Amino acid sequence: MSPKTICLDKVDSIIDSVGNKQSNLIAILQHVQAEYNYLPSDALVRIGVKMGISPATVYGVATFYSQFSLEPKGKYQIKCCDGTACHVRGSNPVLNAIRVKLGLEDGKYSTKDGLFSIETVSCLGACGLAPVVVINDKVYPQMTPDKIKKTIDDIRNEEEGE
Amino acid sequence: MSDTVRKTLFVEGKEVEFTDEKNLLEVIRKAGFEVPTLCYRPELSTFGACRMCVVEIEGRGIQSSCTMPPEPNIRVHVNTEKVRRIRKMVLELLLSNHDMECATCVRSNDCELKDLANKYEVRDLRFSRKRTLAPIDDSSPSLVRDPNKCILCGACVRACNERQGLGILAFVNRGSRTVVTPALGMNLGDVDCVGCGQCAAVCPVGSITVKSDIESVRELIDDKSKTVVCEIAPAVRVAAGEEFGLKAGENVIGKLAAALRMIGFDKVYDTNFSADLTIMEEGTELIGRIKAGEKLPLFTSCCPAWVKYVETQHPDLVSHLSTARSPQAMFGSLVKDVAVNRDGIKREDYKIVSFMPCTAKKAECLREEFSVDGERDVDFVLTTQELIRLIKASGINLAALEPEELDLPFGMYTGAGTIFGASGGVAEAALRTVYEIVTGKALDNIDIEATRGLQGYKELKAHLAGTEVKVVIVNTLKEAEKMLQKVIDGTADFQVLEVMACPGGCIGGGGQPISCNDPAKKQMRANGLYKEDSELPLRKSHENPEVKAIYDSWLEKPGSHKAHSLLHTSYVNRFETCYKNQKSK
Repeated sequence: MSPKTICLDKVDSIIDSVGNKQSNLIAILQHVQAEYNYLPSDALVRIGVKMGISPATVYGVATFYSQFSLEPKGKYQIKCCDGTACHVRGSNPVLNAIRVKLGLEDGKYSTKDGLFSIETVSCLGACGLAPVVVINDKVYPQMTPDKIKKTIDDIRNEEEGE
Repeated sequence: MSDTVRKTLFVEGKEVEFTDEKNLLEVIRKAGFEVPTLCYRPELSTFGACRMCVVEIEGRGIQSSCTMPPEPNIRVHVNTEKVRRIRKMVLELLLSNHDMECATCVRSNDCELKDLANKYEVRDLRFSRKRTLAPIDDSSPSLVRDPNKCILCGACVRACNERQGLGILAFVNRGSRTVVTPALGMNLGDVDCVGCGQCAAVCPVGSITVKSDIESVRELIDDKSKTVVCEIAPAVRVAAGEEFGLKAGENVIGKLAAALRMIGFDKVYDTNFSADLTIMEEGTELIGRIKAGEKLPLFTSCCPAWVKYVETQHPDLVSHLSTARSPQAMFGSLVKDVAVNRDGIKREDYKIVSFMPCTAKKAECLREEFSVDGERDVDFVLTTQELIRLIKASGINLAALEPEELDLPFGMYTGAGTIFGASGGVAEAALRTVYEIVTGKALDNIDIEATRGLQGYKELKAHLAGTEVKVVIVNTLKEAEKMLQKVIDGTADFQVLEVMACPGGCIGGGGQPISCNDPAKKQMRANGLYKEDSELPLRKSHENPEVKAIYDSWLEKPGSHKAHSLLHTSYVNRFETCYKNQKSK
């Protein structure tokens, strides 16, 4: 797996464009994540050094918020809702099915081929469709373990067909 | 007299007056009542994480006293059944995430968590352990970080941020997965930690501790083929007695000499000797720089945490650092050079152990430039804490020993060397000597009061033969950074900058006996140093007869070629190697 080669000049220009102020840290992290699709370690250190915030503090912020990912996200980003409604309607079996299907070990959130990454979210605001999974902004309502496995297979087949 | 209204509140029915105390806890403690704390550190910001300081206030219920401002007329109870029940529950919860390996923990004797668990009769835990054991980080030469003992009180995070402005440690993750680590989950040895040990000094448990080299030193002493000598730093002598029932600040240098001879050291010398030597070299360097008008302000270079700070955070400014090695490093290189090249002892058979208040000195002695043919100048550094354990484990009661004299020649020192242990001491010692060298006149009053005191910033002006020199003295790296910013933006109006990384100087070092809940101890230790200085017959470095003798017989003169090769050093950018060794995720 080789994520985008990290050119830290881009990080510098993001800091300059957002504004080198401590209160902009989260916005800067968001922009950097948008650029690289995740937060590369080197970028976190660079942000700290350039902004005069300790790299540990930057890392602390980056790990606090679930919106930030420290490993490269997949081409297909799966969001599995585990809000109250989805939870009671069986989001856990769906989540487990995805993890098994993707062969993710404990503590891993992205597949080695870089195709899929998974995260849980607390509510997508579509409780009527529970349990909900969103893959790259496409909503998959009323999921079951079998349905989500098939969806993943479909995406894989489509990718291989290309 | 102020005409403010007298404000009082009630603790256990007793009327207690208060003025500007920052929280209710301070008021309660001042009134003589005890309230337990774990995360509260009087000298750091208030965090309110541990909930041990809860008290019951009539009409308001349970409040944490460290985060509550004192209010008039409230009625506080510090030890009700409900309060005790909550504290006990807090302790149980903390212990459920703690490894509880107390018998093998270095903080066993002064662990605040263990102490409180005992006091509150926590005998069996109702909650089972959830966290899996994390690896211990012993990558730093100075400190050991054991995440399995961490109670997330945040004292280390605050100490590093608020004292040093470095923020090496931070809270990472969220909720039940929260841990305290350096950036990117890296080890302390791989980041820009300066090793000052202030995190260890405020840790209430054994989660961050001083790395022990006691066993290595024992091996040296037991090897009869080796000559093992030691040097004792200024601040050690006024703190080592604390753990033997003596008062903080009591000078135990003579007792230490006796104890260390009993333990098996061949010679007991004093870092104060090389502190005097430092003044000769650094003073000469300062005079040279002032005359040439270059590389000013001169930064002192005695404090290894400060030196590493400049090398990592401001590598562009390393030329300002005095090239004089620290007293520890000078001692090592000079004394070994004399032993090897004058007395004909093989380098591998002559060993030097130094006793320091400092954890960063452990890293300093490992610097490649302080080695000859792969043999270090100073072989091992033991902190005051380790010295105390070494003495205790040898079955010696320091307090009961008759004081003995130090060995000559390297045990000879002046009062100027002694005061190196307190912030401002280096500047005062330097001024005593530089003034006389430059003006050719004796100083009227050698007690330069403006250099003394524990406050973070001090300044004074000295008139040296028509040249006015402004000296700024700071302690903690956060204060130092403010001065560096002035140097960077060109507004620095001072010619000398003395920096000690630890609060109050070496007396507050990270290797000293833990004293974070009693800030008064630092002042007592400082007083002890100034007392020794005032009582010594010689109080100016250039009057040290053994310093004169070593120049005459071995070093020629301050700043000579030989003095340069043995007593000076150079500095490099050390940030480049930080944050590189990332663990594979």
